[in-house]
Amino acid sequence: MKPVTQVESPALLLLDANIDTDQIIPARFLRKPRSSGYHHYLLYDARYDMQGQPRPESPIPESTAPGSSSAAKIVLAGHNIGCGSSREGAVYAFVDYGIQVIISTKIADIFRNNAIRNGLLPIMLQQAPFDALVAYCQAHPQATLTVDLEAYEIRREDGSCLPFELDDGSRERLLKGIDDIQATLAWQREIDAFAKHYLAEQPWVVPVNS
Amino acid sequence: MTQPPLTLFEKIWRQHVVASSGEFDLLWVDRHFVHEGSFHAFDKLDSSGRPLAFPGLTFGIADHYVPSDLSRLDDDPEVAGMIRLLEDNTTKHQLTYLGLGHGDRGIVHVAAPELGLTLPGLIIVCGDSHTTTHGAFGALAMGIGATEVAHVLATQTLWQRRPKTMRIHVEGKLAAGVTAKDLALHIIHQIGTGGATGHAVEYTGPAVAALSMDARMTLCNMTIEAGARVGMVAPDETTFAWLRDAPQAPQGETFEQAERHWRTLYSDTDAHYDKSVSIDAGEVAPRITWGTSPEQSVAVDEPFAPTDSEATRSSLDYMGLTAGRPILGLEVDQVFIGSCTNSRLSDLRDAADVLKGGTVKVPTLIVAGSNRVKAQAEAEGLAEIFRNAGASWGESGCSMCVAMNGDSVAPGKRCASTSNRNFPGRQGPGARTHLMSPAMAAAAALNGKIVDVRQPATGAPS
Ligand code: SF4
Repeated sequence: MKPVTQVESPALLLLDANIDTDQIIPARFLRKPRSSGYHHYLLYDARYDMQGQPRPESPIPESTAPGSSSAAKIVLAGHNIGCGSSREGAVYAFVDYGIQVIISTKIADIFRNNAIRNGLLPIMLQQAPFDALVAYCQAHPQATLTVDLEAYEIRREDGSCLPFELDDGSRERLLKGIDDIQATLAWQREIDAFAKHYLAEQPWVVPVNS
Repeated sequence: MTQPPLTLFEKIWRQHVVASSGEFDLLWVDRHFVHEGSFHAFDKLDSSGRPLAFPGLTFGIADHYVPSDLSRLDDDPEVAGMIRLLEDNTTKHQLTYLGLGHGDRGIVHVAAPELGLTLPGLIIVCGDSHTTTHGAFGALAMGIGATEVAHVLATQTLWQRRPKTMRIHVEGKLAAGVTAKDLALHIIHQIGTGGATGHAVEYTGPAVAALSMDARMTLCNMTIEAGARVGMVAPDETTFAWLRDAPQAPQGETFEQAERHWRTLYSDTDAHYDKSVSIDAGEVAPRITWGTSPEQSVAVDEPFAPTDSEATRSSLDYMGLTAGRPILGLEVDQVFIGSCTNSRLSDLRDAADVLKGGTVKVPTLIVAGSNRVKAQAEAEGLAEIFRNAGASWGESGCSMCVAMNGDSVAPGKRCASTSNRNFPGRQGPGARTHLMSPAMAAAAALNGKIVDVRQPATGAPS
């Protein structure tokens, strides 16, 4: 997993409320292998019409595409982004698009968990500072935001600076790009001891046929 | 020293903590279900180089990619390939696999409880958000992402931050013709799709205790639509009676031992909940969603989108509706009765009661949640009622709940559906979904439009 420390880019605004995981990646793309990248499918039905032609009203302007000079790495999203299902493909779609930070007033629980485990920093702000940030980005579409996870700060080009919070565990995981399974191996002794005791005390928890 | 009073949720959580680190607890996982969509997790496991920690505690079930008509798999290699991938991964890692043709296969949230794999007091996880369903048995059950699935495969544990607790207390009694689905839609309408975010919900009260296991599963299933990852009901006599007949539940003396433990699983008097909501079951009417979020619902005799705002307008546009008209009489193009919310035997009985002797006016697809339910429905004549009414009776699975297996609603078409999500595109690009109970969906099928199933004149001719 790629560590996230400091991210600088203009912001992509996806301000509708309740952008759910079905919209972020329609179910029919979930069978695609990850190897060719999930960025094609990000908000697919909002970007392309039934014939696969780009929609003029697409929420994602071409100028923010990965590889372009003003490629977006930061998304400002409407309330309750990522609600709906547990599909991690929704996070892959953002990550493969090059997004490293999602800022919203509310980010759905499972989506948030998935994000942290894939190097996507989820930031939740109060309504007023969020609105101010949106207003700033709307007034200065080219302006670069700097999200600094080490300093817990979002900095604007005009020098103004906004603090944010994140629990220590998630922060460390993102800063170091820690892989979950490897990290848990440090607890293997505790796991073995627990399993031995627990399964002996409660034999019924193991299904009869296994 | 006396123990402080604990909620059901806290009791189960505490019993599963292996270790703690900061705000996160490492939890032991008792049951883990994988489906076709779990292939990312198997890839991650393989790339970690770790073997499966406890193969006996993970079960593979094909459901999401199973079409209602199996012969279609021949024409859709991508969909068939997803099922084969699950089969390959479960074989390779020596997991129990319920594949096509297996008599116990079904939607994981229907099949596992009926096999007795779902038990009170367990921590149950699956890479699917409707895992909340299993909470109906007093289990702590939650949906997890693919990275977490890989972690469970490799370690049989999961790092979680402990959610807050929330009690939804339902007083009174549901009226005739009003179901757990209506109650669920009523609650979500009241508290909103974010109303339980960050909380583990426990449903309590006389109206909940009176629900059958099927109905409790419907209620817990929809809890995720209110933002909670966990929805649960304390186990009681109804729960134990169900488990006594289940083939994979503990048997004999072990069952008695288990039951003694299960009887300790309730919230202590005076246990503290971080949030509490009270609902009067008597106020619940058959409900239908009109918009593109499960919270956008009305009672059948109300006009939809009572307030015309910017937020409701985009939903109305997508649904092809204008604010202020009654939902009664709204024409539908097709009907789907199925999904992990409403495809159990009692749901099919509800639908059959309405359809008996009538003829559907619009294409209607009815899909059992599992092969066991399917066999029972066939044995007791429900399938015959459906066929005689002109409905299609499909192979059990997720089917038209989600547009990924070939069953879908065409663009712009309006579907009365017993599933759980009416998001844009959920049942197919441009599809318009109205969520409701099986009886209401069956009545819509007979009339080609939304009717109130409580009005006898709108049901089948008797
Ligand atoms: S029936 Fe629908 S909601 Fe339930 S598991 Fe299948 S796809 Fe998900």
